Amino acid sequence: MNPSKETTPATPPSAVLVGRDVSKVYRLGDVEVHALRGVSLALQAGEFVVLLGASGSGKSTLLNILGGLDVPSGGEVLYRDHVLTTATDRELTRYRREHVGFVFQFFNLLPSLTALENVELVTEIASNPLPAADVLGRVGLTDRLHHFPAQLSGGEQQRVAIARALAKRPDILLCDEPTGSLDYPTGKIVLEVLERANRELGTLTVVITHNAAIAAMADRVIRISSGEIVDVRHNAARARPEDLSW
Amino acid sequence: MVSALHRALFRDLWHLRGQVTAAALVTACGIAAFVTMLSAYRSIERARDAYYADYRFADAFAQLQRAPMALGAALARIPGVTEVDRRIVEDVSLHVPGLLEPATGRLISLPADPSTGLNRLFLREGRWPKPGPSDEIVASETFARADHLAPGSRIGAILNGRWKELRIVGLVLSPEYVYEVAPGMIFPDNRRFGVLWMDREALAGAFGMKGAFNDLALRTATAASLEEVTAAVDRLLEPYGGLRAYGRADQPSNRFLSDELSEIGVHATYVPAIFLGVSAFLIYMLLARLVATERGQIALLKSFGYSNARIGVHFAEFALAIVALGSLGGIALGAYFGAGLVRVYHDYFHFPALPFVLSGSVVAEAALIAFGSALVAASTTVRLAVRLPPAEALRPEPPKTYRRGRWETIGAFRRIGPAGRVALRNIARRPWRATMSVIGIAAAVATVVVGRYAFDAVDELVVTHFQTVQREDAIVNLRSAGGAAAVGALARLPGVLRVEPFRSVPVEIAFAHRRKRTVLLGIPGAGTLHRLVDAQRRPIAVPPAGLVLTRKLAEMLGARPGDRVQIVQLDGKRLRFEEPIVRLSDEPLGVAGYMDFRALSHALRDAGTVSGALLQIDAARREDLFRALERTPRIAGVTIRAAALQTIQEVMDRSFILMTAVMTVFASVLVVGVVYNSARIALSERGNELASLRVLGFQRGEVTFLLLGEQVLLTLVAIPVGLGIGSGLCRLLVPVFDRELFRLPYLLTPRTYAFAALATLASSAVSGLLVAFRIDRLDLIAVLKTRE
Ligand SMILES: Nc1ncnc2c1ncn2[C@@H]1O[C@H](COP(=O)(O)OP(=O)(O)OP(=O)(O)O)[C@@H](O)[C@H]1O
Ligand SMILES: [Mg+2]
Repeated sequence: MNPSKETTPATPPSAVLVGRDVSKVYRLGDVEVHALRGVSLALQAGEFVVLLGASGSGKSTLLNILGGLDVPSGGEVLYRDHVLTTATDRELTRYRREHVGFVFQFFNLLPSLTALENVELVTEIASNPLPAADVLGRVGLTDRLHHFPAQLSGGEQQRVAIARALAKRPDILLCDEPTGSLDYPTGKIVLEVLERANRELGTLTVVITHNAAIAAMADRVIRISSGEIVDVRHNAARARPEDLSW
Repeated sequence: MVSALHRALFRDLWHLRGQVTAAALVTACGIAAFVTMLSAYRSIERARDAYYADYRFADAFAQLQRAPMALGAALARIPGVTEVDRRIVEDVSLHVPGLLEPATGRLISLPADPSTGLNRLFLREGRWPKPGPSDEIVASETFARADHLAPGSRIGAILNGRWKELRIVGLVLSPEYVYEVAPGMIFPDNRRFGVLWMDREALAGAFGMKGAFNDLALRTATAASLEEVTAAVDRLLEPYGGLRAYGRADQPSNRFLSDELSEIGVHATYVPAIFLGVSAFLIYMLLARLVATERGQIALLKSFGYSNARIGVHFAEFALAIVALGSLGGIALGAYFGAGLVRVYHDYFHFPALPFVLSGSVVAEAALIAFGSALVAASTTVRLAVRLPPAEALRPEPPKTYRRGRWETIGAFRRIGPAGRVALRNIARRPWRATMSVIGIAAAVATVVVGRYAFDAVDELVVTHFQTVQREDAIVNLRSAGGAAAVGALARLPGVLRVEPFRSVPVEIAFAHRRKRTVLLGIPGAGTLHRLVDAQRRPIAVPPAGLVLTRKLAEMLGARPGDRVQIVQLDGKRLRFEEPIVRLSDEPLGVAGYMDFRALSHALRDAGTVSGALLQIDAARREDLFRALERTPRIAGVTIRAAALQTIQEVMDRSFILMTAVMTVFASVLVVGVVYNSARIALSERGNELASLRVLGFQRGEVTFLLLGEQVLLTLVAIPVGLGIGSGLCRLLVPVFDRELFRLPYLLTPRTYAFAALATLASSAVSGLLVAFRIDRLDLIAVLKTRE
């Protein structure tokens, strides 16, 4: 990525991702929907952050803007010393490619590629990837390498998606309701995988969830309501996923 | 009041307008091809039938040496003969002002009242010649216009050895010369060959034919047997040097015309079939995708109580709407092209009028065929929609299952990247659809190949014929067979480098029960100006004894080398003799029997008789020679090779450019139709997948490559397949063009293959790009909210 602008010195040196007064307005005819109203936040390297909020509060909108999938209507987003808000489509694509891993509720795997190939798809274009089979091993899928998505359970598919996101060694892992379409035990396994990756690889991890119980495993819990940050809480100690229950 | 379902129909049509347009365009091309060719066919047929009837085109013809007019009564008494026209026909050498080379004129006697008799003339301009001896003639309009002659113009002619100036007083057309081509030629050379009509009395006077005739035209009763009539005519004419009588089927002009019509007929079947087949396939794919994406809606409609039949009709209407659009466009386009095609034909086939008629029946047939193909396409998918149980349909489409094919264990496959893998697995998942796409694109490739085939082949034919077979610069035909003295005289003319005499005899060759009228040519064994060739176009020698037959002629006789055939001389002494076939020759133009000049003289017992000579000319002294030839008595005609070649080239170039352009445009529409549609469907099926890839950080180009990989692969497979199909189709066309007059070789040049492949790649790339633009519009965020 080409640096487009130098940051202002006010940013704390360890912040990976910074949002300043980020707003997003959708216009539907005459109606304006304010999805985000001036959100500011700084996310530190290695942090595990949980975003909580009611449906429609603006969580996904914020995550998508942080991940370079969407551009805000106002404010500024910085990745280390790069300004994302003025980057071109090409530059944003490179940002996602090299620095961001995504995990979504619906997995979004390529149905025509096997688990291994889905991960390789990403490692082939990354500059410093982990071996695809190793990452799948880390998420416990060593014996599922050659299965197609249609031959995997939902939890297994989600773990492939996580492996795919981690394989490029991203700086940032963004997860939008990763357990949303999974049952309780499967959801737990997925959370364990995320937690372990954050611990072992030191990846800044942001997880959106509706499930307040999950918040206990975070370093920091950010609560959003009607497009604004209403509460930030630091956990003194992170709970282990296997100890959570909901 | 538009029903809700109809509104849905219009919305779907509009939503899928790109693909609807592509399918409609392909339909339009098919219908246009059909309407163009069939309406041209019917227009020409109609003009011909009217012309033949109104101007009393004869049913049977015969040429003879000379018979008294009194023989007419006996001819008229032949059962089945309703009218007899006894004429004088003489070929003469002409001097046309403004023309460097001598021209050949065919002088035909005109009855005192030109509105009587057979093969009546249509007077386009001027007046009829005054009855009785005069220098007035009417000339064929075609010839006159080509040479810028008009009523009042004068041309020089050698009539029976005497130079005479003839005055054109009128321009005419004859049903006998709709295609006005010199004897033995395929392509018209209207500047150097023309038909002229002169008062009977004047012509008889000039040629010493008072009270006699040498050409016969007959009208027969509809029920009469042509064979019986011609047999009776032959018996009567035998003592008068009659050559065998023949019917319309062997009358040169009529024969060219019907050959051409049957050729249009052939093209009118397979070309539209290709297009309508592909359009049916496109409509099928569109509908199948529509049914898949509208599963939920279909279920909903059923749960509301819409009947299966109504839902079936809804999807059938979708197909019919596309075809209706295509047919309207196709019929309009076909009418436009058809009129153009008829104008092109009017340049070659001369009718008093050749109006373009778009008949209701052609339109109805076109519509019927188009709608038929739409219904075939719709039937399977409609059945799918109808059979879908409402509960089932409310659930989302089942997930796409893929498998690793056995072919994936092959080493080469493991090395190809994800794009290739995605493409291959998508193909493997729907092998039938991939096959149809390949066939569709291949059909386009084949269309281009076939469109250019005739030109490649004619080009080769012309080159072979004029470089290997007919190598003389000029052919001089002597009026009545002369002797060695005539050849000696030719050799002394200015600019003549080499003279080779030839003997040409009309004969009938019989083998077993088959008989064939043809020419027996005697050429010197050591001659170099007219050579025979084998199938590889290598020159072969004329054997000192025995007969060489053109392969086509041998086939028609069912004879093979080694067989002995009976030969009947049809002029002169009417000798009968037998000769063994020594070998076959493969010259591409015309058919004949060949013998060594001396062996033929011996067989005919007329040593020294010469029909004419082949000349090699010093180009620098051409003009002197032509002037001298024009004034040499006893010359019936001179054919100049350079002029003949140039005419052929001109004719070829003109039709070639038009034909290639039309075929290429049509083929591009096919390719765009297939590639665009399958890429759009792939985009609709795999849009979510591709959007996810963009989310993962794939650039647009990379995603485009993943989307179009399948199309690229299919195109690459389709090109060799299409070249194969194209060359196969050309092979099928070879027998169509295997005629007595000429035989097109099976030959396709690398240029044609390259052109077809490049045109296909280009249109495929354009269609891919059209779809690639849509990748920019993928909604990256929406895709994350939906389950695929
Ligand atoms: N493309 C869009 N057009 C218009 N409004 C939108 C669009 N996308 C989101 N919104 C609106 O923006 C607000 C925030 O949406 P967002 O998807 O960020 O919510 P969320 O917190 O992720 O909700 P959920 O938990 O249900 O996923 C909502 O009111 C939503 O209706
Ligand atoms: Mg959301």
